[in-house]
Amino acid sequence: MALTRREFLKWSGTAGAAAAAMCLGFDLRPVSSYAAGLKILKAKETTTICPYCAVGCGLIVHTKKSGKLLNAEGDPDHPINEGALCAKGAALYQMTVNKSRIKTPLYRAPESDEWEEIEWEEAIEKIAEKIKETRDATFTEKNAKGQVVNRTTGIAHVGSAALDNEECWLLQGIMRALGLVYIEHQARI
Amino acid sequence: MTNHWIDIRNSDCILIMGSNAAENHPISMKWVGKAMDKGATLISVDPRFTRTSSKADIYAALRSGTDIAFLGGMMNYILSNNKFHKEYAANYTNASFIVGSKFDFKDGLFAGYDPKKKKYDKSQWAFEKDGNGVPKRDLTLKDPRCVFQLMKKHYSRYTPKNVSSITGTSEADLKKVYETYAKTGAVDKTGTIMYAMGWTQHTVGVQNIRMMAMIQLMLGNMGRPGGGVNALRGESNVQGSTDHCLLFHILPGYLKTPRASNDSLEVYNKKWTPKTNDPISANWWGNTPKYSVSFLKSMFGEAGTKENDFGYSWLPKIDDGKTYSWLDIFDEMYKEKFKGFFAWGQNPACSGANSNKTRQAMAKLDWMVNVNLFHNETASFWKGPGMNPDEIKTEVFLLPCATSVEKEGSITNSGRWSQWRYQGPKRLRGVKTDGDIMVELFEKVRELYQADGTFPEPIQNFRWDFVKEGKFDAHAVAKLINGYFEKDATVKGKSFKKGTLVPSFAYLLADGSTSSGNWLYCNSYTEKGNMAARREKKDPTGMGLYPEWSWCWPVNRRIIYNRASVDLNGKPWSPNKNILERKDGKWVGDVPDGGWPPMSNKEKTKRPFIMKPDGVASVFGPGRADGPFPEHYEPLECPVPKNLMSSQRINPVAPIYGTEADAHFSCDPRFPFVGTTYRVTEHWQTGLLTRWQPWLLELQPQLFVEMSNELGKLKGINNGDMCKVSSARGEVEAVAIVTGRFKPFKVQGTTVHQIGLPWCFGWVQPKDGGDSANLLTPSTGDPNTRIPETKAFMVNVDKLGKRRA
Repeated sequence: MALTRREFLKWSGTAGAAAAAMCLGFDLRPVSSYAAGLKILKAKETTTICPYCAVGCGLIVHTKKSGKLLNAEGDPDHPINEGALCAKGAALYQMTVNKSRIKTPLYRAPESDEWEEIEWEEAIEKIAEKIKETRDATFTEKNAKGQVVNRTTGIAHVGSAALDNEECWLLQGIMRALGLVYIEHQARI
Repeated sequence: MTNHWIDIRNSDCILIMGSNAAENHPISMKWVGKAMDKGATLISVDPRFTRTSSKADIYAALRSGTDIAFLGGMMNYILSNNKFHKEYAANYTNASFIVGSKFDFKDGLFAGYDPKKKKYDKSQWAFEKDGNGVPKRDLTLKDPRCVFQLMKKHYSRYTPKNVSSITGTSEADLKKVYETYAKTGAVDKTGTIMYAMGWTQHTVGVQNIRMMAMIQLMLGNMGRPGGGVNALRGESNVQGSTDHCLLFHILPGYLKTPRASNDSLEVYNKKWTPKTNDPISANWWGNTPKYSVSFLKSMFGEAGTKENDFGYSWLPKIDDGKTYSWLDIFDEMYKEKFKGFFAWGQNPACSGANSNKTRQAMAKLDWMVNVNLFHNETASFWKGPGMNPDEIKTEVFLLPCATSVEKEGSITNSGRWSQWRYQGPKRLRGVKTDGDIMVELFEKVRELYQADGTFPEPIQNFRWDFVKEGKFDAHAVAKLINGYFEKDATVKGKSFKKGTLVPSFAYLLADGSTSSGNWLYCNSYTEKGNMAARREKKDPTGMGLYPEWSWCWPVNRRIIYNRASVDLNGKPWSPNKNILERKDGKWVGDVPDGGWPPMSNKEKTKRPFIMKPDGVASVFGPGRADGPFPEHYEPLECPVPKNLMSSQRINPVAPIYGTEADAHFSCDPRFPFVGTTYRVTEHWQTGLLTRWQPWLLELQPQLFVEMSNELGKLKGINNGDMCKVSSARGEVEAVAIVTGRFKPFKVQGTTVHQIGLPWCFGWVQPKDGGDSANLLTPSTGDPNTRIPETKAFMVNVDKLGKRRA
């Protein structure tokens, strides 16, 4: 039987606990290893790829039934990292479970010195209006040479190398449909 | 990467230069280590002795910005000592091509330079062609006008003495590196290069990489296991975001952005479809019309018809010859040319060169949208150092988004593997995924344009059938990126029903029958399923290709240009490194770069570098803005009054911006030291995500500046002192690390000191952690890419006092 490394670890963990039970000693190592496993025993397991550098290390993510992130650790089956992670990847949990995350859209009015919370609907509506207003006011149908260019030079975009491929494609599609030509991101810097 | 991470283990010699892989791509070192276990040599070349250097067999220091001189010397060593792979160079590169009589090189300038426009007339670098329009060749490489001989002459100037005097590297160290790496020119050996922003962020960035690519070609290392030219990319999906072209000059799949002069689809396709007269060149870009039409179909669906050029006129056009790059954006923004701005998942206030200019530019906007997880220096620029909110009119929207584990979709790593990520936890209440934000925003804009508005067609006709009930669906977009048959069609003898996913880009058509959001990803999500989600760990070649683990562009080819890994008879150059072999009339191993027979079959073969019109790799690069051969020029800001190689001190075609925020000085006593920037393992890019994580912040809490013991003594600075580091454009406060990791350089007979500092900090968080090192860097860049020169500039460092308790 071909065992993956993770399956092997699961099996050997069980065997270790059985051996400890039989010898009735005071070696707590199997117990603490069993306890560590308890934490993720009933958790949902999903795989992900590290969001930092582009090595593309695999991680396993454990999620509680409540939907809360419980744990993230290197995926031993992943052929690139074979379970290993750097300091950032190993801290992945803390990017999601983090009190400092922004939880609502924020708005800064002209000349204001503070943020104010706004509803999503209002934020989206206001931004959409700004886009239309700016696009309509700055749209260039023909350039100085009289060539048809159909573009919007009043708006620029930068970002993002941290989005998923599908989001990147849609983002470029939307920006180009709006007529933007100043479209750039991390790859340029 | 032309190769991929695991393949590093197949190398005989690994050169890490322009990168500090051990700290910035730590897991890559697992594969470097495996190669070393089998006897490979690791060479680290860096201005600073890094953690990568500490693992290396050979370390050589060089002054920032002198990589072409260092590598030019290596090329000289390889050519003058006959260390190159002759059969490979003659057959698979343009080393044998005869260059036209107009080409010349004198005192730092190539033929065709226009000093007024600061531009070259590249037509003067063209090859000589025979009666059929095919470049003339001399396979013996002896013709004095062939690329090989011109190259040999060009690099003969890069003597060890000259190189040492420019780079500050000792001649003994140069010799050690050259001899060791050149050994990979042996037919059965391969060497690889791992580089990163240490090479790209220069006014000669492209030529830094070309110089190494040329070395790899002359040593016969391209397309081969353990070889290649390997860019270690810094963001998890910067490969994918580049492939999908969130960039001004290209459309998804590296199609050209239409120029104003391309006034119809026909003109566009004619202009951008390369041609060849060589019967054995595949000229794969000859398929451009199939990819451009399929892209338009993915953008505009049924609204795009043959009659309306598939919606070609709805795509915005850029002016011929004008650039719209990152540096241009902030230059124009600084000049109040923009009203609106999106910084989507990015922190330009810290990440771009010349942060003061960037931050001041944002104060000249009417509105700005920033999408991010945490508070950052971009969204809050209006209350940053030196800003007066009362005077800043910019309206700012900060939209909170989901983390990578709170949504699903694919990302593409540096080795071109597209890997699927699943949603684990529920999204934090109050945040949305980036995809949902895009969908909601665009639906609202489209709604507004239903009433009235300028040129509404592209907005109304932008394909939207992949959105279900106002929600972003990653699978639906992934399928559109792959592409569909939009009509029933028969291609290559196979019939496909409308609505079927296209099996691979070989089936795309130019008549509107197919869509594909990105032809390079056609084959990633087919009727067989989501290829990026595969997790089969089979390794049939034993070379670590793992062909059924995730999916790799193009068409799951794990090593690109792999037909150059075999000799003219289709046998691997190194029998013990077999990723591809011609057996019984078939290719066995990796997905070959086209199924044609090897070069010995003169009738049916195609040359291996199929993306180049001539079918061979370009040792001579007549398409580059700054010359067909890399030449050493000093950085815009440098410590020497003269370039030792010529009268051209800096790259004669480098873009220089002219606002008052763009000050730059060379050989100025106020800024006597070379400065460079880098990163640390614990923080990612500007630190926007990682500075908010207590575990990581505790490990790397604040900005530091590293300098040599000699410089510390000279300036009276001790380890732990607070210092001010300043340049012509800005200053930062940092804790001094006085260390043996930096050593003074002997350059042109004088002592040159270099300092370095990480750019992962910012004023928002932590409060006393210091600000971005990009406050110091200049906004000039490479003339081909306009990537800023943030790796070599001039600074001063002064002691402020003892470190705060």
